[in-house]
Amino acid sequence: MNIALFLQMAAEACPDRCALTHEGSNYSYSELHIAAKCAANKFLRSECKFVSLIGESSPAVPIALMGAAMAGIPYVPINYRLSEKQILELLARIDPVYLITENSQLSDLSSHRTLQKSNKFLTDVFEDNEPELNCVQDPSAVAVQLFTSGTTGNPKAAILRHEHLVSYILGSVEFMSALEEEATLVSVPPYHIAGISSLMSSIYACRHIIQLPNFDPAEWLRLCSREKVTSAFLVPTMLTRIIETLSNSDYDQLNLESLKSIAYGGGKMPLPIIEQALVKFPNVSFTNAYGLTETSSTITLLDPEDHREAMASKDNEIRARLCSVGKPIPSIQLEIRGEYGEQLDALETGEIYVRGPQVSGEYQDFNVLKNDGWFPTRDSGYLDKYGFLYLAGRVDDVIVRGGENISPGEIEDLMHRHPAIRDVAAVGIPSEEWGEAVALAVVLVTEAKITEEEISSHIQQHLRSSRVPEVIRFYADLPYNETGKLLRRIISEWFT
Amino acid sequence: MLKPGSRLKSSVCDAEIMVIKAMSGNVLTCGGAPMSEEPKKAQANQEQMRGCLIGKRYVNKDETIEVLCVKSGKGSIYCNGEELMTKDTKKLPSSD
Repeated sequence: MNIALFLQMAAEACPDRCALTHEGSNYSYSELHIAAKCAANKFLRSECKFVSLIGESSPAVPIALMGAAMAGIPYVPINYRLSEKQILELLARIDPVYLITENSQLSDLSSHRTLQKSNKFLTDVFEDNEPELNCVQDPSAVAVQLFTSGTTGNPKAAILRHEHLVSYILGSVEFMSALEEEATLVSVPPYHIAGISSLMSSIYACRHIIQLPNFDPAEWLRLCSREKVTSAFLVPTMLTRIIETLSNSDYDQLNLESLKSIAYGGGKMPLPIIEQALVKFPNVSFTNAYGLTETSSTITLLDPEDHREAMASKDNEIRARLCSVGKPIPSIQLEIRGEYGEQLDALETGEIYVRGPQVSGEYQDFNVLKNDGWFPTRDSGYLDKYGFLYLAGRVDDVIVRGGENISPGEIEDLMHRHPAIRDVAAVGIPSEEWGEAVALAVVLVTEAKITEEEISSHIQQHLRSSRVPEVIRFYADLPYNETGKLLRRIISEWFT
Repeated sequence: MLKPGSRLKSSVCDAEIMVIKAMSGNVLTCGGAPMSEEPKKAQANQEQMRGCLIGKRYVNKDETIEVLCVKSGKGSIYCNGEELMTKDTKKLPSSD
């Protein structure tokens, strides 16, 4: 069992189909497969214990991922936007490494590092003769190691074994289900689980992948039109910027008719954005996917039919589904548990636990998977009576005010719907009286006016009085990381 | 020993499979001849040559056996003398 099987099968079934387009160059499935075998051969000869790639999306990304898998060596992509110090700290944890990067600052002769420039790597793997290779078939071998974004401290190294990733793909994608004319636009960064899973899903579906290395909404729209893109995955901030850009009349002329489906995930989607997207793209099927690095990506889906039904409904309960992340996929079991591990009823908020063959729950030095296979996600949420999952935030972000648990999402969801408010975050701040109190960081819509008193009374009207913030401050923008995750730790620091 | 992840080849055609679910003691055949990691050429049973298709999953009646065809072939896959059938998988919308 090896994720390289996906590329091997794609190359077997449709060798000449276009697998990848990057900056105008095309690569077939057969070319990609041979290049990955050549890469595997290079990795094996270097006697490295890890393969790492630090850089933007390029053909080197799928080739290094699949080549490392064939060689039985963990693939560890690293965020190229990190500081040199942070990168060196991570590299120290994956030694000896075969490193593919454009960043020549990282060559350090004293360590056990094989450094290769991305361009040289690509020239080599496309020119070398196809080697004889026996793929490692151990299902428990590590396929991918991803450093979590470290929004709460030192980055953890999440471990995904071949069995997890293979289970995920076999459970969610049908082989060669893509038609020849289908093309997917990949703009998520290569060091993110969504970047890894989009490559594997597309390869197993034999879908044409179009890489957009540096997300830019105008470029995304142009590529969609020029390459007749049929599907794409976006994080919420990307969709927000695309919607903003589309309101600019310069883009009226673009033909986006080829676009059939958009999946989104990786962070909380503001309700007004998905509503606008559904109106702007009436012929596009939207899917909301919720998953974590530790679960090999998607574990729940709000499918296109759910979106349409919610959008058309006058029933508030059904309409609210646009804020839900949907239902567990068939291979995943999901439970909401309380403080003492007891299973909670519908509408009760608690920690989300999941179980299934794609769930790893394992890090480089420790494993948080329970003996019976359940994984505590540290995400909190609740199920409605129809079984739709609603996320409330990270368990660690819950504000405990005078013994009462307040999830920031409750206040943020309400305020996001206010016309004067562009963005908002609720965080806990130390309070002598309550232990913790609610602080609200607010970004206003350009030229909108609303006072602190008006915000407080709006919250007072709609939620329990304990939700009314002790402090409200206005800012020009809120801090997000590059995949659209709100950096609450920084906001908390603003208030203390 | 059959175990999940095992890769087996046909001894009568090009077919290759990966075991997804299996129990010890099961014998998988293709075109009437045993499948193995390194098979020797064997004579096909012409009654068991209806073919298997890459990407299809094959299961027995109670779904205790499941294999994925990773390379198409002319032989059909049997387990302990029972022909495996293609499994219908529920199609999910693409989420990534």
